[in-house]
Amino acid sequence: MNDPQLETTPSETEELTLSQTKSGRLEPAPEPNELVTAMKVRDLSFYYGTFKAIEGINIDIYEGQVTAMIGPSGCGKSTFIKVLNRISELEGQVKVEGTVEFFGQNIYDPKVNLNRLRRQIGMVFQKPNPFPISIYDNVAYGIRLFGRKPKVEMDEIVETALKSAALWGEVKDKLNKSALGLSGGQQQRLCIARALAVKPKVLLMDEPCSALDPIATMKVEELIESLRHEFTIAIVTHNMQQASRVSSYTAFFSTDESRVGHLVEFGPTSQIFLQAKHPRTREYIEGRFG
Amino acid sequence: MAHSATHPEDHLLTVSENPRSNLLDRGFTVLVQGVALLVIAILLGITAVVLAYAQPAIAHFGLAFLWSTAWDVPSLQFGALPYIFGTLVTSSVGLILALPISMAVAILTSENFLPAFVREPLAFLVQLLAAIPSVVIGLWGIYVLIPFLLPIGTWLNNNFGWFPLFSTPPAGPGLLPAGVILAVMIIPTIASVSRDVLTVVPKELRSASMALGATQWETILAVMLPAAAPGVVGASMLGLGRALGETMAVSMVIGNSGQITASLLDLGNTIPSLLASQFAEAESPLHIGSLMYLALILFVLTLMVNVAAVLLVRVFGVKV
Ligand SMILES: Nc1ncnc2c1ncn2[C@@H]1O[C@H](COP(=O)(O)OP(=O)(O)OP(=O)(O)O)[C@@H](O)[C@H]1O
Ligand SMILES: [Mg+2]
Repeated sequence: MNDPQLETTPSETEELTLSQTKSGRLEPAPEPNELVTAMKVRDLSFYYGTFKAIEGINIDIYEGQVTAMIGPSGCGKSTFIKVLNRISELEGQVKVEGTVEFFGQNIYDPKVNLNRLRRQIGMVFQKPNPFPISIYDNVAYGIRLFGRKPKVEMDEIVETALKSAALWGEVKDKLNKSALGLSGGQQQRLCIARALAVKPKVLLMDEPCSALDPIATMKVEELIESLRHEFTIAIVTHNMQQASRVSSYTAFFSTDESRVGHLVEFGPTSQIFLQAKHPRTREYIEGRFG
Repeated sequence: MAHSATHPEDHLLTVSENPRSNLLDRGFTVLVQGVALLVIAILLGITAVVLAYAQPAIAHFGLAFLWSTAWDVPSLQFGALPYIFGTLVTSSVGLILALPISMAVAILTSENFLPAFVREPLAFLVQLLAAIPSVVIGLWGIYVLIPFLLPIGTWLNNNFGWFPLFSTPPAGPGLLPAGVILAVMIIPTIASVSRDVLTVVPKELRSASMALGATQWETILAVMLPAAAPGVVGASMLGLGRALGETMAVSMVIGNSGQITASLLDLGNTIPSLLASQFAEAESPLHIGSLMYLALILFVLTLMVNVAAVLLVRVFGVKV
């Protein structure tokens, strides 16, 4: 529990994190299927002011897997995913109960440095939100926050990030043009590149394709497919086909009569989609596919 | 999607539901166009009148008026340079002082550093500053500001007298008090417009920055301010426009001496202040013409500031 990677004292975070993960892999797997839990959520409840949005969530987000969050509108999927990098605290008066662990460290520990935490847990939003600066500067933004780098090195980071986001070919000749000149799909992939550039361990995506056309959606899905081994991904989606295509684990959220969001069922995607245990899951999935 | 039989499909497109609304629509358009034309007509009318009255001076002095430093009423020698100089210097000093303070106020009142019940009244108070009549601010300048600035000016002159800006002992009234007065007068404008601009920067940009691990200040400096920059430039130009044209308060604290001096502690004068003080007693057409010529120059200056604002916003808008 004295993992220093999130704490305020600056240290060689990257190295520490890496070696930890490696040793984590070698240990006898604590989870079924030999999986390491990247984020472990226990008894999580979240309040906007006095309004309880989600309650009693227990879920494991496995390292190197894509976990999809599905469920009807308003059931708290976005709320849940925003709790994972504590970006929900921007909403003002909020309250969290329960624990969220990031590789064994409680992210709500008062010692945790929020900026370091968010660097480890990147986020892609529903609406593409590039900064109104150049494409290059967008990708470099996160790196520059944590210190200057020589130009050559920075160029390389930017290129790698754009390549991982499958955007390099389309923008390599206009890196210094405003990011706002890109199409919606390109902007969203730029936002993914921007998030990847700081090398997070976990990538949270809140309906990353909902503002995109089918072709752009397909590109983002392929991208997720190619990133799944390197990053741990949690994705919220309303598109059942998308959830079944990209994810290996699925969490189904729903609301009860009191409008509080619950986790109804969590398991391997194939199980959730083909033989869900809970009737409400089956109902929802059949309804959405039908 | 069944339409009722009494409304065939084509009627949906050709016949307006309510013919009256159509008429209103057209009437309103005409009204708005008329008002817009009227505004343009007034602008042109004013320009024409000023030009006509300025004609004797324009004919007599030509463009040399712009760089002549003479202003001698009895011998009918007139030149604009000291007044152009005073106007530009006081306005610049005002803007330079006002901008950082305004930005601080705008940031403080748009971010969550203060609880809302302090923030809102503070923003309101700053706006209220704009409601103080300029004569009152001028009086404040005479009775409070000038005595306050006097020892500061003396200190500056004693210690930094080698620096041209502070090279004379403070005269009491002068360019510096005028600049400070102007700053006070334009802070409300710049601060409240900048605050409005900052509050409408999309929330998503802030989340994006914070999600990458930026602190609140990093987010403000690297995302919020650049995104708001076009608006802030616009606000500054608005403030500068007001500073250039301000008459009363400046007239009360500037010392009304048409000279060109590097020292901010020395006396000066501005175009509006000179106009206000001399129009009443101007008799010869050449004197009136020279004052009108000055008015025209002020008009052009303000116009240039506005054009510069539009251009700056456009440049920033493309780059940022
Ligand atoms: N900033 C906020 N302040 C107060 N209540 C909020 C806020 N954001 C969300 N809520 C409420 O919390 C509940 C869950 O919202 P959330 O956005 O997490 O749902 P969601 O599952 O993401 O919905 P959707 O699928 O439509 O995006 C809703 O009842 C919503 O009204
Ligand atoms: Mg949502």
